[in-house]
Amino acid sequence: MTIELVPHIKELLSAAGLSGNEAPVREILEKAWKPISDELITTNGGSFIAVQHGTGAAPRPKVLIAAHMDAIGLMVTTIEEGFLHFTQVGGVDPRILPGQMVNVHGTAQGSDKAQDIPGMVVMPPAHLLPADAPTGVLGLNHLFIDTGLEPKEVERLVRVGDFVNFAQEPMELAGETICGHTLDNRSSVAALTVCLDILSRRKHLWDVYGDATAQEEVFGTGSITDPVAVRPDLAIVIDVTFSKGPGGNGYRSCEIGKGITITTGPQDHPYLVKKLSKLAEDLDIPFSLEAAPGPGGTDAYSIQTAESGIPTVEIGLPLRYMHTPVELVSIKDIRRAGRLMAEFIDSLPENFMNEVIWE
Amino acid sequence: MATQNKVKSIKFSLGKNEIDLLTRLCNAVSVSGDEQKVRQIVLEEVQDLADEVKTDALGNVLVTKRGTAPNRLRVMLSGHMDEVGMMIVKESEDGTYEFRVIGGIDPRQLVGKPVLVGRNLVPGVIGAKAIHMTTPEERKVAIPVEQLRIDLGPGAKVAIGDRATFATKLAVLGPSIRSKALDDRLGVFNLIQLLKHAPANVDLFLAFTVQEELGLRGAKVAAFSFDPQIGIALDSTPANDLPFFEGDEENTHYNTHLGAGPAIYLMDGATIGDRRLVNWLTESADAAGIPWQYRQPGTGGTDAGAIHKTRAGVPSVSVSVPQRYLHSAAGLVRKQDVVNTFKLIHTALSRLDPSILNS
Repeated sequence: MTIELVPHIKELLSAAGLSGNEAPVREILEKAWKPISDELITTNGGSFIAVQHGTGAAPRPKVLIAAHMDAIGLMVTTIEEGFLHFTQVGGVDPRILPGQMVNVHGTAQGSDKAQDIPGMVVMPPAHLLPADAPTGVLGLNHLFIDTGLEPKEVERLVRVGDFVNFAQEPMELAGETICGHTLDNRSSVAALTVCLDILSRRKHLWDVYGDATAQEEVFGTGSITDPVAVRPDLAIVIDVTFSKGPGGNGYRSCEIGKGITITTGPQDHPYLVKKLSKLAEDLDIPFSLEAAPGPGGTDAYSIQTAESGIPTVEIGLPLRYMHTPVELVSIKDIRRAGRLMAEFIDSLPENFMNEVIWE
Repeated sequence: MATQNKVKSIKFSLGKNEIDLLTRLCNAVSVSGDEQKVRQIVLEEVQDLADEVKTDALGNVLVTKRGTAPNRLRVMLSGHMDEVGMMIVKESEDGTYEFRVIGGIDPRQLVGKPVLVGRNLVPGVIGAKAIHMTTPEERKVAIPVEQLRIDLGPGAKVAIGDRATFATKLAVLGPSIRSKALDDRLGVFNLIQLLKHAPANVDLFLAFTVQEELGLRGAKVAAFSFDPQIGIALDSTPANDLPFFEGDEENTHYNTHLGAGPAIYLMDGATIGDRRLVNWLTESADAAGIPWQYRQPGTGGTDAGAIHKTRAGVPSVSVSVPQRYLHSAAGLVRKQDVVNTFKLIHTALSRLDPSILNS
């Protein structure tokens, strides 16, 4: 691989890139993907797409690989005596917030001079709270961010609407795992890079659209609009999924480090599930089938239902502690997912869509 | 018109050397009962400056520095080396370890944080179930410590009894310092500075104590060994100076204010400050133009709680650096308060006269 995977993941984790503010991630991807792409597109919705032309006869069929690049986080709502009140961007469990280190993306000096201001989420002592405040878990309305700066300085640097991201630095833990915030879903973006990197040295017949989608965590903007722009014949969605571990041992949870998942559910075309599973077996890529009965929680739902419908399949990276700043993923699984997607695409004959039928 | 200070205080600021020392002290893992790492730094710092250095039966570092003037008082000053943290309590096969807290950590502060375990500083995290798998009712209930795990990654091994702390690294944020262990590495830091700038008119008995967080155990035996005439605990105390939520009501229970200078104790949950010493401190501060504040009388305690009850009794007082968010992943202090605390202690000791005990 021309790109070193672990530094690439760490670089992706270092960018804030909250939903609707994905520019810093696009910048990293532009650098990483330029040498391995024929074309790079930033969509109206903020998604970033690498195009790799196939070697088949034009018009070639197209495959879209979607991995959302946006992150959950917080947004400043009021400034009081130098303390920041905030709300959430995406799904944040209030129980993970007290004592959490954050970076406030201060834009009061103008957005071109935006400045990262370190801070932390703080929980006021009980006696300062109103009488009707809960005694256990405090909601976001009772928490503050403290930057350690004097109130006047805070007023000078920060304004209402500024994004706040988790400041947790990525850490490599035992068992070839990596831990940090926003591994949901930058680990999948890294897997997409692995896939594009492998494909850049293959003579695949299909056109490939590697899509880092925008705003999955809020409105699904990228996955709703990108398929309309690209008009793919089939789509692969890669996102993180639940791993077994403290607090999560139900049927939806897979062992960490024991392989990726291939999802089977209403958003996954059965033929693609079968084909992808067979290929993973042939390649000795460990995986498990993940049952996803509910309405999809990934980009797959909107891609599958775009235009007149697109056969779609999902790959999952098992992850512990989703939507906390200490999400944990197996680095091996990231490589495995990237390789499986690349081998699958490389194996596609020009007339593959004739095979994709309902039994 | 400029006011003329009656007493000149020592020139002191937090330069690179001071911040470096504070960083080493604060980033060390030194949970009550296993203070080895901070003890090593202290021993290294004091060995060339002290008249006598001894590590006692409980692990306290006892440092003596005699003055040169006649009629010197025997003054004991203590700063505790231990910090609150966690302990591994059960073996694990999969790298996720059950733990309990040591000292007063609110369990709500634990979730979603990185930690360091054992003397080898093995990195790990305390995660939480994915928000997607929780119910709204569940999110209103704090996760009990018994259900949390320290996750070191698959296959990682640590031992029962290993201590752990939050992995937060010291950061200077404008006028502030943020760190996990300012309580009470600031006391340790100020004791070392005092040794470096020892006043000639007193005999200094510096106790770098253990297990303050677990009942002032180190201070009890250290005070017996030193048999001092005066005891002073240097610690850190809460600054609850946050906005109040109830309308325009004033926050009357702030304990201390950040930036308002060293906090002098009249009474806490363990000691009634000796009024002669309280007045000596406030008069010294006023004479030298050093800002100071009373810590609001209330609960809590410092090493003075043990020192004043030693042998036939020791007149004692406490001075603390005001700090927000003690006993969480990071507390916050103003640099100027640290500087002024040292200046106050140094100034007061330099003008300490044995007649104080006759009044």
